[in-house]
Amino acid sequence: MTHSNNINWHDRVQALQHQASDARLKHFYSQVITSGTTPISHINMVAMDFETTGLDSNDNDIVSMGLVPFNLNRIFCRQARHWLLKPTTPLDEQSVVLHQITHAEVADAPRFDKVITELLTVLAGSVVVVHYHQLERAFLRNKIQQVLGDTLLFPLIDTMELEFRALDARRGLLGKLFGAPIGSTRLTDSRKRYGLPVYNQHHALTDALATAELLQAQLAHHYRRDTPLQDLWM
Amino acid sequence: MADVELEEVYAFLVQYPPFNELPDLALKNLVAHVEIAYYRSGVELLQLGEPIADLYMVRSGSIEVYKRNGELFNRLEQGELFGHTGLLMNRKVRFPATALEDSLVYCIPDAIFFSYCDDYDVFADFFDPDSGAQLRQAVSNLADNNDLSTVKVNTLLHRQVVSVAKHTSIREAAMLMSHERVSSLLVTDPEKPLPNDPEDDDGQVIGIVTDGDLRRRVLATDLNPATAVAEIMTQDLLVADDNTYVFEAMLIMLRQNVHHLPIVHRKRPVGVLSLSDLLRHESQSSVLFVRGIFNQQSIEELANYAQQLPDIFVRLVKEDSNSHMIGSAMSVIGKSFKQRILELAEDTLGPPPVKYCLLALGSMARDEQLIVTDQDNALVLDDSYDSAQHDAYFAALATFLCDGLNACGYRYCSGDIMATNPMWRKTVSQWQSCFEDWIEHPSPKALLHSSIFFDLEGVYGHIKWADTLNRFIATKAKSSQRFLACLARNALNRTPPLGFFKDFVMEKDGEHKNSINLKRRGTAPLTDVIRVHALAVGSRTQNSFERLEDIAAANILPAGKATDLSDALEYISMVRIKHQAMDIEANRAADNNVEPEHLSSFDKRNLKEAFQLVSNAQNFLKFRYSNNRAMQ
Repeated sequence: MTHSNNINWHDRVQALQHQASDARLKHFYSQVITSGTTPISHINMVAMDFETTGLDSNDNDIVSMGLVPFNLNRIFCRQARHWLLKPTTPLDEQSVVLHQITHAEVADAPRFDKVITELLTVLAGSVVVVHYHQLERAFLRNKIQQVLGDTLLFPLIDTMELEFRALDARRGLLGKLFGAPIGSTRLTDSRKRYGLPVYNQHHALTDALATAELLQAQLAHHYRRDTPLQDLWM
Repeated sequence: MADVELEEVYAFLVQYPPFNELPDLALKNLVAHVEIAYYRSGVELLQLGEPIADLYMVRSGSIEVYKRNGELFNRLEQGELFGHTGLLMNRKVRFPATALEDSLVYCIPDAIFFSYCDDYDVFADFFDPDSGAQLRQAVSNLADNNDLSTVKVNTLLHRQVVSVAKHTSIREAAMLMSHERVSSLLVTDPEKPLPNDPEDDDGQVIGIVTDGDLRRRVLATDLNPATAVAEIMTQDLLVADDNTYVFEAMLIMLRQNVHHLPIVHRKRPVGVLSLSDLLRHESQSSVLFVRGIFNQQSIEELANYAQQLPDIFVRLVKEDSNSHMIGSAMSVIGKSFKQRILELAEDTLGPPPVKYCLLALGSMARDEQLIVTDQDNALVLDDSYDSAQHDAYFAALATFLCDGLNACGYRYCSGDIMATNPMWRKTVSQWQSCFEDWIEHPSPKALLHSSIFFDLEGVYGHIKWADTLNRFIATKAKSSQRFLACLARNALNRTPPLGFFKDFVMEKDGEHKNSINLKRRGTAPLTDVIRVHALAVGSRTQNSFERLEDIAAANILPAGKATDLSDALEYISMVRIKHQAMDIEANRAADNNVEPEHLSSFDKRNLKEAFQLVSNAQNFLKFRYSNNRAMQ
């Protein structure tokens, strides 16, 4: 995993805002927090999780999205959002087993393009938090590309990456030299380290909630209240 | 967002009171307002005096709550709530809280807390610091399960029905209620004659007036007492036919939340059933057993017969009788054994040379006997007793009795409080001077004896002497402030634990233990407290519940506290009783020890509340009977 802390998000986001053709996207970019020195205690965050028809964002589609807003102190259930979406690619058996969303349930669900406005509204002004950023970032970018023809890219905090760093630091120099195993960074395993309860996984909203709680725990254990955003985002 | 369901939050809350009592939609709405916070172990999350804006619930981990003086107040685990005291008292933190482990905590915003308290009684009652409502709910649930499916309400109507015609004035009605000592009155309409008895001029029941109505609708509104009683009665009355099964009546009362249910026979009022009538309804199986005791012809037969006792006890518990019923039934059985053994003794030894009375002491006298018990008894002899002439007879009688009781499972008293001990065979006058001496010179030994002997009941022989002694104690102790102060101090020797933490008993110093003796740490301290108050108000009853009624009537406790103590005693007793029954069923020797791992979280929660009430009652005792405080 690479630390992408050094990205100049300010210039990058400004360029993207300039390139964007969709007005909603332009507005979204205007709200993105790009100052890496902002302390984490000043930041609003949104935990985000997708359930998808498969892992490859090129062949698969999103079937549900969960969003849970929070900050360093509190997670806010009342602003949580959850959408079932009608995928463009068929649901395969394997993924149905995993997230338990069936063909019948998504038959009447909206397509992704119908929820873009609302999605961007919830995300605007907040730092998005995910567990394993490759998936959400790639799927979202693909969908926006398909629907709007624009590029969507913004800084994310990845709790899996933070967990990896914490485990890596704990392993110490000798452990690193001798390649001691680093431990699992999966969501459930990571949560266990902080005494967080076991949840039923693979529901986008529950996983988003689980991710929000995990970040709160990680921040409480490994970071200060005034840790700058640039130490966390990627 | 009502359509967004945080399943994990909902699934958690719905497991715990008071949330499990809320209507589903109300709970879902509440879930949507929950906020979640994570605290590392050691973090102080609530500081004394700081503003507080949420009700807190432990989702995972554990939280310690402290008193103002820094003393540990409580240790909370998954599902337990804190912060409500602060919310209810000026929204300032009353009990600081610290995370003992890394903890995830649900926060329910104050706006939701207060609006739910307004809208849902179950919610408000749960947090009411004084009502002990939760415990009361638990106690009434015990009664709710009573198997009363074969008994009809007409068997439970003891009192004559008291009714007035609808034109009667409120003043007259209230006077009638005082005179008849009833808390409710039926109102009839002479213009609606009974269909089957048109000559009867009382008419059909159209309403009920209770003490509460007089308070709420007359005093509080300054209503003219000359107004007709029909103006303040509750109409749309629920009535039950006298052929209704008891369990049906009970369901009606619990569902409709009424404490009085008028019973009619072909529309003619025949009585009012009160909740307490239902609770007093005694189970029948023990009655047959008692009859059998008097058919046994020898100690061997009695001892053999007594082996059924554990089964009788288990049956009583299974019928979900309350502790008062079980305690009374077991005491009646115990007394019957004593009576039968003394009959057999007199058959063997001949008639007594002077009149005597056998006293039952302690739990049997209080009607609070359970299955694990030893014999506490003493003899009262006629003042004409002459030891040189008569002692041999009574020594032999006492030996016959105590050996017989031991054979029947009532073990010898380890403290030698038995009639076989010459010290405890005295004439009426000797007992009086002995009791007087204890009251006037309350040495540690005298106090110990007082707490056993002052719960006394005559069981056999000239039982009027027991009443004499009771009256003597009641009069004497009431006016002896020093004795009461010493007895009060003595009643603080045994204290309840703080509560439970996981599978341990948690003591006030934070220490954990694996088991708790519910008698020594629960019912006994409470019984001791009740005895002190009972003696202070000159009560001559023995049973703790009845003593509490006298104490409540004397108004020496803060409002509602007597009911709290009664609920606490009932709850602790029932847990103790149920565990003894479980032991018996598992072929283990029944004892008073309970391991928290065998308690449901529901029992733990209620026990903790009961222990808290016991502890408060002890503190109050300290304050009320301190030596340097004038009585009343």
